[in-house]
Amino acid sequence: MRFEPTAPPHVRPATSVTRVMGEVLLALVPATIAWTWFFGPGILYNMAIAVAVALACEAGALALRGRPVGPQLLDLSAVVTAVLLAFCLPPLTPWWITATGAAFAILFAKQLYGGLGYNPFNPAMAGYVVLLISFPEPMTRWLPPLGESLGLAAASLDPWQTLRFTLTGLLPDGLSWDALSGATPLDDLRTQLSMARTVEEVRAGPLYGSFGARGWEWTANWIALGGLYLLWRKIIRWQIPVAVVLGVCVPAALFWLIDPGAHPPPTFHLFSGATLLCAFFIATDPVSAATSRSGRLVYGFGIGLLIFVIRSWGGYPDGVAFAVLLMNMAVPAIDHFTRPRTYGHAG
Amino acid sequence: MSKPRLWRFNGGLKLDARTAPAATQPIATVPVPARLILPLSQHVGQPADPVVAVGERVLKGQPIARPSGYIAAKVHASSSGTVVEICDHPVPHPSGLSAPCVVIETDGRDEPWDGYEPLPAFGELSATDLRARVRAAGVVGLGGAAFPTAVKLGAGSGLKMLILNGAECEPYICCDEMLLRERPGEVLAGAQVLLQALEIGRCCIAIEDDKPLALQALVDAIRAAGETRIEVVSVPAVYPEGGERQLIKVLTGEEVPARGVPPDIGYLCQNVGTAAAVGRAVLRGEPLISRIVTVTGEGVVQPRNLEVRLGTPVAELVRACGGYTDRAAHLLMGGAMMGFPLSDDSLPVIKGMNCIVVASRDEIRPRTAAMPCIRCGECAEACPAQLLPQQLYWHARAGELDRLDEYHLFDCIECGCCDVACPSQLPLTQYFRYAKTELWARDRDRTRSDLARERFEARRDRIESEQEARRRRLEEKAKAVDQTRGDEHARKAMIDAALERVQARRERNEPDEPR
Repeated sequence: MRFEPTAPPHVRPATSVTRVMGEVLLALVPATIAWTWFFGPGILYNMAIAVAVALACEAGALALRGRPVGPQLLDLSAVVTAVLLAFCLPPLTPWWITATGAAFAILFAKQLYGGLGYNPFNPAMAGYVVLLISFPEPMTRWLPPLGESLGLAAASLDPWQTLRFTLTGLLPDGLSWDALSGATPLDDLRTQLSMARTVEEVRAGPLYGSFGARGWEWTANWIALGGLYLLWRKIIRWQIPVAVVLGVCVPAALFWLIDPGAHPPPTFHLFSGATLLCAFFIATDPVSAATSRSGRLVYGFGIGLLIFVIRSWGGYPDGVAFAVLLMNMAVPAIDHFTRPRTYGHAG
Repeated sequence: MSKPRLWRFNGGLKLDARTAPAATQPIATVPVPARLILPLSQHVGQPADPVVAVGERVLKGQPIARPSGYIAAKVHASSSGTVVEICDHPVPHPSGLSAPCVVIETDGRDEPWDGYEPLPAFGELSATDLRARVRAAGVVGLGGAAFPTAVKLGAGSGLKMLILNGAECEPYICCDEMLLRERPGEVLAGAQVLLQALEIGRCCIAIEDDKPLALQALVDAIRAAGETRIEVVSVPAVYPEGGERQLIKVLTGEEVPARGVPPDIGYLCQNVGTAAAVGRAVLRGEPLISRIVTVTGEGVVQPRNLEVRLGTPVAELVRACGGYTDRAAHLLMGGAMMGFPLSDDSLPVIKGMNCIVVASRDEIRPRTAAMPCIRCGECAEACPAQLLPQQLYWHARAGELDRLDEYHLFDCIECGCCDVACPSQLPLTQYFRYAKTELWARDRDRTRSDLARERFEARRDRIESEQEARRRRLEEKAKAVDQTRGDEHARKAMIDAALERVQARRERNEPDEPR
C-alpha cells in the first residue's frame, strides 16, 4: 500500500487572516451601532463608500501587479482599513472626501509598498492624515451627539437628508452649518482653554458627560467592549492597548495633578477623541506595529505619549493619526532593540 | 506525589491529545514475523558493524552488530532464525533512503540466547559495570531521538537530579502512558538502576496532568516499593513539554545553555521507556529487542499500543490492529507535529519508533494557500525556544544566511508550534528545515574551500621557498666564482683541481657528473 507524503507539522492552524480581520470587524459592530445612535447614520454611508472604494482599489492594484485578486480581497484587510477610516471621519462627509481617503490608504499606503504585510504605515491613518491636511474644514465639522434632542444643536438631519448630503455635499434648503454642527469635545476644550477658562468651567457645559463628553464616552465604552472581545479571542495581545492607555494617562495624570485648571483629568483623555479606538483597533494593526512583547509596550506607550503631547501642545485637537504614523516609523528600530532572549542564550 | 514549584517555558500549544482510541486498549503483542529487517543504524552516531555472516543461525537476543565507535549502539537479533541478507534496505528515515540492514528469516521457535546474565543485585555493582551492561544491551533513547544511553550516562559526574520524561506531549503518541499504566514497576526499577549508575540520590519523574491513570499507577508502585529517592511530578499538558530543554525549564526553572547539554547544569534526562529498557537489561539480562509502539489514526481498524520486536515490518503492526480502514491516506512515523511520512508499510520498526499514525484525509488536511505574513507575532508567542520565527522566515526567504545565524536558527527545535499558530498558513517549519540544510551546506563548502585554500597556499609556499633556496645557492656559487676571479693563483688552482677530478674519474671509468 502506498501513502501520500505530507510535511510536518500535520496539524493545521485554527486561524486565518480572514478570521482575524473578520473578528476585528465583528468587534466594531457595537461601536458602530452606538455611533449611529449618537451621531446619526452618516458613519454607515461613509463606511459603505470607503469599503467600496477600498475594495475597488485593492482589486485594481492587485490586477495591475499581476497578483491573484480573489484571496487577497477575501482576506478582509481592505475592509478593516476602510471601516477604521470611516470611524475617523465626521458623520457628515461628502463622498469624494471619503473616497479620496480610502483610495490613498489602499493605493499609496498599502499596495505601493507591496500590499498586505508590507506596509510600514497604518493605511487607515495615512488616508486620514491626507484628508485632514487636504480638507481641513469639512474634516473638523463634527455633529454634536444626539444633536437636537440634547439641545446641543439647533437642527439635525434625518437619514435621507444625511444620504443626500453625503452624495452631493449639499445641505437641505434653509439649513446652515451653524445650526447643525458643533466642535468635538477635544476641539471645544482646546478653544475654551485658550480663552483662559478652567477645565472645570468648560466641563460644566452641556457637551460634557461624567468622564469625557456625552455620546463620545458611550461610544468609547462600546469600543472598549469590542477591544476586550478581541483580547478574549486572542486576536490582539494586551501589551499595545495597555501601553497606549498608560502612555496617555500617565502624563495626563501628572499634568492634571500639577494644574487641574489647565489640564483635563486622564479619564477625559481616555474617553474622548479616538484614544480607545486607537488603543484597541488602530495601534494593534499587526503589520505596522512592533512585534516583540517589550517592543509592543514601547510602541504603545510612545503612541499614547504622542497623543497627549499633540492634544496638549500640538496644532490639532486630536493626535491619534500622527502619533500612530510617527511610531510606525520607529518600529524597525524598536524591533531591533527589543529582540527577545533566545532559550539557553545569555541575556 | 508532591506539589513542587513549577515554572513554564515560553509559548507552546494546547493540542488535542488524540490518544483516546489507542489508550483505551491494553498493550498487545505482535507475533514473530517471517522476516526481520534490522537496520545497522537505529541510533544517533556511527552505524554498527555486522558480526554475523549470511547463512548464520542466530538466537533471540544474540548480538548481530557491534558499535563501531564510542557514540554507537549494538544491534541484537529480535527472534531466532537465519541471516539471509546483509544489504541496503529502505529504512524509516525522513530522507526516505536505504541503509545497510541485517535481514533474518525467522524459524518461529523464538529460541533465546543467554549471553547476558541477569543482575538483580545491581546495588552492589559499580557505575562502570552498569554502563557496560547498558551498552552491551544496545539501549538507546526510546523517546524518539535514539541517542545511545550508555554514552549519555557517562556524560556527567556530580549531577543534581535524574529526570525521567513521561511528558508525552505530541498528539497520537501514548506508548509511554501505556507503559506507565501497565508496567510501572519496570520504570521504577529502571529509575533505581539509573540512580545507581549515576551515583546520585534524586530522581524526578514528570508526567503530564492529562494522564492521571499513568501517574497513579506509578505513585502506587513507588509507594509499594518504599522508594523515597524518586518523586513523581504532575506537569501541565502543553506541547512541546516533552522536549528535554522545555521539561527541564518547567521542573527546575533553569535553562540548558544553547550549545550545551543538560549535564552542564546538573541534570540528566531520560525517557521513561528508556528507563524501563535499562531496568530489563540489568535485572533480567534482556537486550533491547522490542519496544512499545502506538499504532493509531482513523486509517486503522482498532488503534492500540503494541509490544513489537524491532525489525518487524509496519504492515504487521497494522495487521495486529485489524488492518487498514478505507480512510487510510497518510502513514506517519511519530506524532502529529514532528512525525514524518513513510512511503510504504514494508519499512521495519526501529528503536526510535514510538508511534505509527495511519491518518485519514480529515485528520491531515492539505495546507491552504499561504497568505503574506501580517507580522502578528503569534509565532513568537508560540515559540518554545523564544525565537522570532517571522524574522527567520523573512531572512530565509531572502536567502540571508548570516542573518539566520544571528537570529539563532539552530536553536529551532522544529516543533511546529509557529506553523500551527500562523494565521497566514505559512509553512514556517519547512522553511527552517530548508534554511538549516542550506547553512550546513554552506559551512561544508566553506570548510572544503578553506581546506583547498590551505593546501594551495602550502604548496605555493613550498614552491616559493624551494625557488628561494635554489636562488640563494646559485647566488652563493656565483659569489664564490666572483671572489676567485680576481685572484689568478686561486683561479688556476681551482682549474687544476677540476681537471684533476676529471682525470681521476676518467681513470676510474665513470660517467661525467650529471649536470
